[in-house]
Amino acid sequence: MRSWRLASRAVAVYRATQTTGSALRPLPSTVLPSQIQNQDGVCRPMSTALLMHRDKPGNSVKDDWDFSPENTERVKEILSNYPKNYKQSASIPLLDLAQQQHGGWIPVQAMNRIAQIIGVAPIRVYEVATFYSMFNRQPVGKYHLMVCGTTPCMLCGSREIEDALLKHLGVTRGEVTKDGLFSVGEMECMGCCVNAPMIVVADYSKGSEGYSYNYYEDLTPKRVVELVQELRQGKTPKWGTQNPKRINCGPEGGNTTLLTTPKPPVCRDLDAC
Amino acid sequence: MIEVSVDGQSVQIPKGMTVLQACELVGVSIPRFCYHSRLSIAGNCRMCLVEVEKTPKPVASCAMPALPGMKIKTDTPLCKKAREGVMEFLLLNHPLDCPICDQGGECDLQDQSMVFGSDRGRFTETKRTVLDKNLGPLVKTIMTRCIQCTRCVRFAKEIAGVEDLGVLGRGGSEEIGTYVENLMTSELSGNVIDVCPVGALTSKPYAFTARSWELKSTESIDVTDAVGSNIRIDSRGPEVMRILPRLHEEVNEEWISDKARFSYDGLKRQRLSEPMIRRPDGRLEAVSWHDALESVAEAAHRVKPEEMAGIAGKLSDAESMMALKDFLNKMGCERIWSEGDGKSANVDLRSSFLLNTGIASLEYADLCLLIGTQLRWEAPLVNARLRKAVRSSRAKVASIGPPTDLNYPHQHLGTGSETLLKIAEGRHPFCAEFGRAQRPAVIVGSGLLEHSDKSAVMAALEIIVEQGKVVKDDWNGFNVLMLNAAQAAGRDLGLIQGARAHSSEIKFLYLLGADELTPADIPANSFVVYQGHHGDRSAYRANIILPGTAYTEKEGTYENTEGRTQQTSPAVPTVGDSRDDWKIIRALSEVAGVRLPYDTANGLRARMLAVSPNLLRVDDVESPVELPFPLKNQSPSAVVLSSFPKTVENFYMTDAITRASRTMAQCTAAFFGKGEERA
Repeated sequence: MRSWRLASRAVAVYRATQTTGSALRPLPSTVLPSQIQNQDGVCRPMSTALLMHRDKPGNSVKDDWDFSPENTERVKEILSNYPKNYKQSASIPLLDLAQQQHGGWIPVQAMNRIAQIIGVAPIRVYEVATFYSMFNRQPVGKYHLMVCGTTPCMLCGSREIEDALLKHLGVTRGEVTKDGLFSVGEMECMGCCVNAPMIVVADYSKGSEGYSYNYYEDLTPKRVVELVQELRQGKTPKWGTQNPKRINCGPEGGNTTLLTTPKPPVCRDLDAC
Repeated sequence: MIEVSVDGQSVQIPKGMTVLQACELVGVSIPRFCYHSRLSIAGNCRMCLVEVEKTPKPVASCAMPALPGMKIKTDTPLCKKAREGVMEFLLLNHPLDCPICDQGGECDLQDQSMVFGSDRGRFTETKRTVLDKNLGPLVKTIMTRCIQCTRCVRFAKEIAGVEDLGVLGRGGSEEIGTYVENLMTSELSGNVIDVCPVGALTSKPYAFTARSWELKSTESIDVTDAVGSNIRIDSRGPEVMRILPRLHEEVNEEWISDKARFSYDGLKRQRLSEPMIRRPDGRLEAVSWHDALESVAEAAHRVKPEEMAGIAGKLSDAESMMALKDFLNKMGCERIWSEGDGKSANVDLRSSFLLNTGIASLEYADLCLLIGTQLRWEAPLVNARLRKAVRSSRAKVASIGPPTDLNYPHQHLGTGSETLLKIAEGRHPFCAEFGRAQRPAVIVGSGLLEHSDKSAVMAALEIIVEQGKVVKDDWNGFNVLMLNAAQAAGRDLGLIQGARAHSSEIKFLYLLGADELTPADIPANSFVVYQGHHGDRSAYRANIILPGTAYTEKEGTYENTEGRTQQTSPAVPTVGDSRDDWKIIRALSEVAGVRLPYDTANGLRARMLAVSPNLLRVDDVESPVELPFPLKNQSPSAVVLSSFPKTVENFYMTDAITRASRTMAQCTAAFFGKGEERA
């Protein structure tokens, strides 16, 4: 009985994919592996990019890459936070710094340079960079917009937020707009579930000095498009909740509970004893 | 010692053991994928879950230290259920392609799913697929089969010393890879095939050629270098299908070099299968054994005894070398030597040509000076031991000679005699390291002791050994590393030019598989007899060819570089009309009228017993008692070699078998085509 149910479900899944034609459609031979990720169903959407380096202009093992003079100072500062024999602890902060310096993504030579600085084999840095989805190994826009797709945000409409963004910008997920300003990515829970749905705007337009990483919460499809328009004009919209009736993560329209000073627990209430 | 109980059976174990090791001691085997006794503990496959009393959840036994009084249970319903759950997860993304998988029949996942697997799964989504990686001509990858145990990553990092492999990505899209296009350039890369518990990493040359259950296994010894790695030859009918390592803690642990593992296809090419005589027009003509032996005997009697010479090749077994020596001695010839030894080998004391410390004991060295040796290419498994010492106890390694890439931190002191003399005279900063070391070791490439200035080199070494306290009551750190499998036994049997040897021109040359000779070494008008198994370099020059047997086809005694006697066993029949090497010489002696007094292998071994008794004590190392330095009052300043020569030009092609191997040719193209920095 059970196996019959399974089989019928598999058939149903197969039929569904046949009609939408996304999952099992053979890819044209001209599709590059880096494009495969953008087709839902063929590759898992959770993987932000191919786990393999392909040489291409701007990201080649033959390029030269180094930290800028200012950032070299910051590298020293970062390294000084860790014991000398555990320099590899600095790999995440250094990758972050490299990403800020390089306009939001890390070319392979930057990873090699970091491996050299912290004295490990390059593969150990590749492992870290591929593990964390916040490290981009493909170019992104100057403003990288990451939509939280975890359950609370999804229930509150993150799919619509993302659709509005993609439609407004005319791109697919992971693609950069023609003017190089915007790209849209997905990320996991950022801990703002009380203000769901939310996006993060990583601002790489001002280099590592003016880098900012702002949360925009309580979004609507309309508001998120307005945000993009403000960013395009060079403004920095006020971060945090976008619902004018809320203060930070407080409830809409003012508090509804805890209206008086709460009573201390009985054990602390010395007078009652 | 602490006491724990496993399934109600109490056992005393040393402190620091894991729960899994405690279970092994009792004889309870725990299923595992990621745990490997020679690699660091990862604890990521979760297959080894056991129940421990008073713990709320099953524990991963491979990563859990055993604590006093622990009550471990391995056969409870909870254990079984936990492992079944793990197995179901492992099989989620594992393809059901066992029928076309080369690992089928010897696959850990297949075996363990017979015990813990279900006949159906609950996973109805699409299985994931992973792009295959290119790891070079030896290791084939089918990465979709990978279960992310990370054994290969740890092997590459810890044993092979090439940090190329890593775990990329996370969660469901995690995969093993190199990220950048990178071949796995290690001389031990083949071992990842054995280490892989599933069919993700398999042998490329062996792919789709045989099934494990149709193979006949023969335990034997590798002869491609002087380490004498223990191997298992898997054959089907007359064909060697693959070669695998065999466990020997003292020699090769459970690894073998790529050359030992993959050069077997050379056994099927370029073979000599019938006796041949070169006619006056230069053509080789196949003849009967009788005619061939008659012609050899006739040619041998035509020349004076002092115009004869014999050279045993690098793959020769002790039996045939003994027979060759006896035969030529009976003919009155005293000029017999083993290839690679040159003509002035130092053979008086065994300690002057053996790896005295022993391969396994090199792990305990805390300082090692390599002189004129490319350890990684001459003896990959000795190098792996030294790497172990460097990793575990931070042993310091320094080298004098051509710069080579060792896969661990080391100091390159200089290229030749100048540095050696500086150290001998105490003028080098490195001398201070000897004072600090408890167990210093010196490894000298045997090639260095073959030159005309060898006594000066030896004198310099003597001073270093004396000043550096390299030899102590409980530690002998003076080592000579030999290059070839035949060398040690050859020296024990006295294959050196005797005292009565003349230096007159050679007119009759008997080559027992000796292929390293240049045309200049063979006088133009000499009569050359080549006895061997491959039509390699010397066969082109030979006047008569006598087809012998390769190491996979005979029972032969070999002595490795530390003086350990080991025997090969015949795995496949001989090719064509070829015969055992010692039998050919025995037959020849009769035709030549100087009959050798042994008719059986045991008779020949009795003769070997008289010459060198250690060659009959199989798997035994006779530790040398004397110091190797008899020559006092020699001045080291006579060392003339300004830079020590490279000994191994191409690791993958060093002898007749490997030169005939297509796989080794592919390796040469893949690994040596790129740059000059490698060996």
